[in-house]
Amino acid sequence: MTNENKEDNSQLMAEEKKIVVPGELLAKGIEFLPGYGTFKENGEIRSKILGLVKLKEHLISVVPLSGAYIPITGDGVIGIVSDVQISSWLIDINSPYIGFLPLSEGTEDFIDLTRNDITDYFDVGDVVYARINRVTKRKDVQLSMKDRMCRKLYGGDILRITPAKVPRLIGRSGSMIEMIKKRTGCHIIVGQNGLVWIKGEKETLAAKAVLMVEKESHIEGLTDRIEKMLNESATVKTEETNEEVIQ
Amino acid sequence: MSELIKDGRRLDGRKLDELREIEAKAGVIKRADGSGYFRLGNTIAVAAVYGPRELHPKHLVDPVKAYVKCRYNMAPFSTTERVKPGPSRRSTEISKVIKEAISSVLFLEEYPKTGIEVFIEVLQADASTRCVGLNAASIALADAGIPMRDLIVSCSAGKIDGKVVLDIAGEEDFEGEVDLPIAYVPRENKIYLLQMDGIISQEDFRKAIEMATKGCEIIYEKQKEAIKRKYEAFEEGVKK
Repeated sequence: MTNENKEDNSQLMAEEKKIVVPGELLAKGIEFLPGYGTFKENGEIRSKILGLVKLKEHLISVVPLSGAYIPITGDGVIGIVSDVQISSWLIDINSPYIGFLPLSEGTEDFIDLTRNDITDYFDVGDVVYARINRVTKRKDVQLSMKDRMCRKLYGGDILRITPAKVPRLIGRSGSMIEMIKKRTGCHIIVGQNGLVWIKGEKETLAAKAVLMVEKESHIEGLTDRIEKMLNESATVKTEETNEEVIQ
Repeated sequence: MSELIKDGRRLDGRKLDELREIEAKAGVIKRADGSGYFRLGNTIAVAAVYGPRELHPKHLVDPVKAYVKCRYNMAPFSTTERVKPGPSRRSTEISKVIKEAISSVLFLEEYPKTGIEVFIEVLQADASTRCVGLNAASIALADAGIPMRDLIVSCSAGKIDGKVVLDIAGEEDFEGEVDLPIAYVPRENKIYLLQMDGIISQEDFRKAIEMATKGCEIIYEKQKEAIKRKYEAFEEGVKK
């Protein structure tokens, strides 16, 4: 009996997609489970961060609106080589923690360290797309280049967005980023750490779209607005070129 | 000594248990990870939060949790008499107590080896600067997306002309008998900062604490509103 009563007391206090601040009450009772961005205290689930409420059946989580990138095993990140050591590279991955890329994970070639200099592969300032191989509990990050997508990135521009907004930029199964790629004809690589690499003719337009996603991601109807913006810019561009032809 | 309370009203026309006018904003510094602005009457403070990021100097690094660095500073033009720039005994002390109050509400173990830097700049001082600074820092921390158990709120109480009052301001600070700032977490009903100067009876002390916690609850609502407004106001702009 008492158990049943307890379950009856379970109560949802928050609405989906609503902005919550740290400490705000989301749900009471044992019916609900605390997800990302929440914590449980005295049987109450509360928000830990500033963000939007997300409900998935009984799991309550808070999608962050800001915050630093914390490495997770398996993430693809864009990094800038910050130091070269005897047999490894240190890579800045836009996070409080530095990425460590050992020689064996950086290349499959045989290298005689007495003769060769590993700066031939990656030198300070180079931009790479790498995968996070392992993250220890104390947040030592090991990177790897042994993956399909991993490579050195030549040319192009790098944009920095809030890492919390990366899932929105990618969209559901990549829909948002695919649309921007298609409309602008640019090569775009999005790192989970908030760095976006863009290369192509319409770099500025693509960058504008990316920044717009970052700024307006918490407001409904984002895809339509981005599409509208891309279409408008496309028509403006053609009009301008037409005028030039006439002149 | 001049009279500080006349017919139940104070020098600025407030009742004994009334706060000064409150203004709170989030996201006022573009380049910071999070920022906040807080005004209580004529006392204004701006706070910026950076991090979690790599911590320097290295000997401060804690392998199991983040370290909070805090700097409280008064602008040279903030008072009637120019404040000498640079750290002083007073500002070092206030930085330390604010740091400890902040550290107690953050989930520091989520970011081992890192540092979270909080900068509080008092632009205009008219008593209770540490309270206003802490309120601004609280807004800035939430804006930066740092995990917290709750927002921390701060407010002062005191005793002037033999009566317990809320939110000491201006003249009351120099002429009054007691100044008692607290930092409080309403939900937990816990006090994380408590300082006092002057002499007060046990009974009045209890009364002052009770008054200050009530003041904190009002400020708490304003802080929440300010953080949410940053996103909601922007949302309205886009929808139009």
